[in-house]
This record gives sequence, structure tokens and C-alpha cells, in this order.
Amino acid sequence: MEEPQVRSGWPLYEVFLRGKRGLNHVHVGSLHAADPQMALRHARDLYTRRNEGVSIWVVPAADITASSPDEKDPFFAPSGDKVYRHPTFYQLPDDIPHM
Amino acid sequence: MVAMAALPEDGAGELQDHFDQTIGHGRRIEPRDWMPDAYRASMIRQIAQHAHSEIIGMQPEGNWITRAPSLRRKAILIAKVQDEAGHGMYLYSAAETLGADRADLTAKLIGGRQKYSSIFNYPTLTYADVGVIGWLVDGAAICNQVPLCRSSYGPYGRAMVRICKEESFHQRQGYELLLTMMHGSAAQRAMVQDATDRFWWPSLMMFGPPDDQSPNTAQSMAWGIKRHTNDELRQRFVDMTVPQAEKLGVTLPDPELSWNAGRGHYDFGSVDWDEFMAVVKGNGPCNAQRIARRREADDEGAWVREAAAAHAAKRGARGVRGGGEPPREQGGSGGDRPPGPTRKDAA
Repeated sequence: MEEPQVRSGWPLYEVFLRGKRGLNHVHVGSLHAADPQMALRHARDLYTRRNEGVSIWVVPAADITASSPDEKDPFFAPSGDKVYRHPTFYQLPDDIPHM
Repeated sequence: MVAMAALPEDGAGELQDHFDQTIGHGRRIEPRDWMPDAYRASMIRQIAQHAHSEIIGMQPEGNWITRAPSLRRKAILIAKVQDEAGHGMYLYSAAETLGADRADLTAKLIGGRQKYSSIFNYPTLTYADVGVIGWLVDGAAICNQVPLCRSSYGPYGRAMVRICKEESFHQRQGYELLLTMMHGSAAQRAMVQDATDRFWWPSLMMFGPPDDQSPNTAQSMAWGIKRHTNDELRQRFVDMTVPQAEKLGVTLPDPELSWNAGRGHYDFGSVDWDEFMAVVKGNGPCNAQRIARRREADDEGAWVREAAAAHAAKRGARGVRGGGEPPREQGGSGGDRPPGPTRKDAA
């Protein structure tokens, strides 16, 4: 990152919300904050003004390692040709109960 | 980006094809996807202009917070203005996924190099204006924004979904405020009519110039970053609003407004586009005031940003939150700290 300036010195945090108990945290957006505690408070004010969350994670955007966005990417190719991983691959007679 | 630029000609063509197919299939473009430079620039401009509008849009209504007629109205107005700030933040966040820098966008706004919606350059003269802004201005914004939930650019579409949900509160509180005033005294009814008279035409201008003077529309529609033309949206807004005005008991200030059974739409008079262009170019009633106030707020916030950055740097230097276990006293109020990678998700 650049030399911390007054203006752009606050790092970017990605924000994840758990909407209610029983659900995963889901990415909702990002914000700038001087430190993680401030990021958490800003995330509360920005993303949960109407009870949208019961739990918040903030993660420095710079710490996220991401796969290539392109869905054609060979990174995901290994799962493309393994149809036998899906239940619909198997042909069974209709009269087998509870299957 | 460097790797992209170094691609051979045919590689670039392939990327363009993939981009075109994604748009063609109605799928979304996501932040790190390859996209044409013109698409990126156009998206940044659109999102930034929208974000600036939300931020500047806090001012006309914020003007009345200290003079709200009751605690109830004051709480509502504060919540609404806070939402506008939130909408601006969602949108700056979306713009940043395209490589724009938030501080740079703010600098462009207060430097007059990027625009915001012309509607916010009109003054709010009475409390009825708060109601009319909710009803007409937010109503027009909803018309504009609902189709943008399907913008081809993923982060923008997702921000718009959140914004549209919240705008619905804005419009309803405005209409309810006006209904209340219309059931009040003759003077209050006159205030509502006066506010309607002043905001009707500027609200129609919010949809932008007529289609034959909107050169970018075709490209924007091809890219899926605009879903309907300016005139289509303007017509939709008029059709929605006329019956609301009748229920409210106000007269929309347009003698040519009449139902056209043949078209199945309301006909309406022509907008004063010279006025629109003058306001866009900076000569509206409040342009200078809005920008001056935004610059003032930015200046006044400088010491806060500086102090927070210094505080964080000092704590960083002491090793607080520097990669080791955070000190216990830090999480006191939070409780649900994001678990580390090896810890069970017990929340």
C-alpha cells in the first residue's frame, strides 16, 4: 500500500453479515476505516440500519486471496467432467422406495 | 491489468467475445472480469455521479432537521438523511471495485469535475418540500433505479437492490407527510401546492434529456447498464404520479397534462430544457452552495481522519492487532469476533 496519507490512508475492509442465526455470513460490500474496530462500527452503521444482521465480519481487502474471476478458467475444470458426483447420474427403477 | 495489456491481439479479441457473450446472455460482469476500457469508464462515471447525488442529496433535506415540526418528523428525517449517506457509501464501494479511488472521487466532486443530479440544486423553502422531495424526487429516483437493479455490472446492481428497498420508505414517509398537511389548515394545503409547483418540473428533468438528445443511450443499453430510455422512464413516472396527485388533492402545474386513451398514457407539456442545461452547467439556484458545503464538511473532517489514522498507526507500532492474538480488552463490546481459520465457527 502507498504511504498513509490523510485522505486515502484508511485501508479498505470487506464486510460480511450473518442475516440471522442459522445462516452463513455473506459478503455485502466494503468500507474504509482506520482500524478493525472502526471498520466494525462503520459496518454496523452502514449495513445494519434495519436489523439486516446479527453478526458482522470485517476483513482487510488486501488480505483476501481470490481465484481468477473468469468462469472459463481451467481452475474450475476438474469439477466440470465428473457428472458421477451428482445423484442424477444414476439411473434407477422408479419403484425403489425412499431413494 | 498489466497482464491484460500484454495480451496479443487475438487474445484481446477473445476477451471481448467473452464479455459480449456474458452481456448477451444477460449474465453479470463482476469486478475482476475483463471489460472494455470504455465500459469501465462509463460505469465509474455512472456510479460516481449516482454516489455524489446521494451525498449532495443530504443537504436540501438536512436543512430542515433542526426545524422539524415534531420529534416524530425529526426522527424520520434524520433516518432518511442517514440513508442517503448510506446509499452514497454503497455506491462509492461499488465504484471502488472498478479501480476508482473514493478519495479521488470526492476530490472530483468538490473540484466540480464530476456531476450529481440537477434536482439537488433547488432550495427547500418550507417543510412541505421535505414531503414533496420524498414523494416526487424519491418517486422519480425509484423509477430510474428499479431497472438498474438488473444492471450488467454486478456490484452496482446489488447496491441498487439495497437502495431501492430503502427508497420505498423515503417515498412513503413523504407522501404520508403531505397527506397529513392536506388534512390540516388552508395554509398547510397551500404549502403543499407551492412545493409541488416548484418540484414538479425539476423532477421530470431527473430522467435526463429527451431520447433524441441523449447520444449515449444506445451504447448504454447495449451494455446493459441502462434498461429503458429517458423518455420511457419519464412517461412511466408521470403515469404513476398523476393518480397520486389526485388522491392527495394537489394540482400538477402543467395545463397540458391529460389522459390519452389512444396511447394509454398521460400526455404532458414539454420540459424547459434550457433551464435543465443551465442547472447542469452550474447555474442553478444552489449549485455553488451545495459544493461549498460539501467542501466545508470535507475540510472539517480532515482532523478526524488524520487523528484516526495516527491512532491506528500508533497501535500498529505497538503491535496491537498486528497479527498476534488481539488483546482481550479490545473485543469487550463486540463478542462475535470473526473466528480464525482453524477455529470452529461457533457463533
